[in-house]
Amino acid sequence: MKQGFFKRTGRQLADGLWYQNPNLVLLLGMCPTLATTTSVMNALGMGASVTIVLTFSNLLISLLRKFIPKQIRIASFIVIIAGVVSAVDLLLQAYLPPISESLGIFIPLIVVNCVILARAESFASKNPPLASAIDGFAMGLGFTASLTVVSVIREVIGAGSIFGVDISFGIYKPMLLIVMPVGGFLTLGCVIALMQHIMSRPKKSHSRAEDMEAALADYREEASAELEGSDGKVRLGNESEHAASNNVEPEPETRTAGKEEANA
Amino acid sequence: MSFTGLFSIALGSILVENYILVQFLGICPFLGVSKKTDTALGMSMAVIFVMTLSSIFTWMVNEWLLIPFELTYMRTVAFILVIAALVQLVELFLQKAAPALYSALGIYLPLITTNCAVLGCALQNANASYGFVEAVVSGFTAAVGFSLALLLFSSVRERLRFADYPKAFEGFPIALVSAALLALAFMGFSGLEVF
Repeated sequence: MKQGFFKRTGRQLADGLWYQNPNLVLLLGMCPTLATTTSVMNALGMGASVTIVLTFSNLLISLLRKFIPKQIRIASFIVIIAGVVSAVDLLLQAYLPPISESLGIFIPLIVVNCVILARAESFASKNPPLASAIDGFAMGLGFTASLTVVSVIREVIGAGSIFGVDISFGIYKPMLLIVMPVGGFLTLGCVIALMQHIMSRPKKSHSRAEDMEAALADYREEASAELEGSDGKVRLGNESEHAASNNVEPEPETRTAGKEEANA
Repeated sequence: MSFTGLFSIALGSILVENYILVQFLGICPFLGVSKKTDTALGMSMAVIFVMTLSSIFTWMVNEWLLIPFELTYMRTVAFILVIAALVQLVELFLQKAAPALYSALGIYLPLITTNCAVLGCALQNANASYGFVEAVVSGFTAAVGFSLALLLFSSVRERLRFADYPKAFEGFPIALVSAALLALAFMGFSGLEVF
């Protein structure tokens, strides 16, 4: 029982950080990834805020999952998420005003971050509270990690510093373009390309491939159940958006799985 | 409000502070529905429609409800509810009144609830404490700027299909790199001002 719990938690963390990284693999929540990665400090602030919101909104939604009527669940999720986001916004304004100021409008905009609604819809509304909170935390960590990677690249190249400390030592001149909007698109594009390149290589460990195949089967089942269940006229955007990202996401996995079989 | 002031707001939100390419608001639909120019056009129409209406209604809620009752800390919750309700209402209304337009907009209408440009515009209007006309102009022109970027990008992306690029860049990465080039072009507008 205990061991099963740890194994499952480990897998959730691995999924959040790598195999189903919300930014780099599921391609959700791009706006903050581009806008708040101009410095590592901003990226960490944003990542921490999203992690807190994800954990608590997942926990609350999971606790209330039996009371929320199916027809209005998306609206209810949005209200819960907006409540948590407002709390985080007020806390940041009170205790970390510089971060709150530099992130500005992107803190309240966490409400419409697709990652959070996607996790609420596909995980928290179907699973017990503890697992949902862990899922939210893992996904938040993955989000923070990808934000940090992008922001380190952008700050080192674009401003010649890290955490605001100069590291260029006069060896190179910072390339200002990278901290401007252009650099956001360019850096994220390259990071995702790198991720796709790594993901499309055949994997060594057999058990991991099996795990992934099982997870993929679960995911497909979930998606088809969702499609069947959604003819109750609940066709708010998030569902279709999420479905679209589902379609994008399994491709590299199937490719690796196929290659794995061919190798065996 | 003078005409020049309104013109400078319009110029600002269409070109100088373009919602997608400079402020990074509304990236999801920008990347999601830009594969074909037709769908991009449908999305643009829906966004222009909803964003103008939402800036009207969020202005009213903000000025007449939140500020008099000192509830501004509830802004995010109130605005997202107004936008969600508005999208639903517009959907019902169009379905009855203009079925042709409704079927043309299709799935893009409900998708707008989670478009951060709409909420972002409402919040920015509230932060800048715009008057009614200014808020409406800002909402409408921001949506026009959004559409401009979306349509330009979708025509670039249609041509990308025939381009030759590394396999790892397939899908999103190459789209992001082309968006970077588009953003580079829009950088030329920075610093543009009307006196």
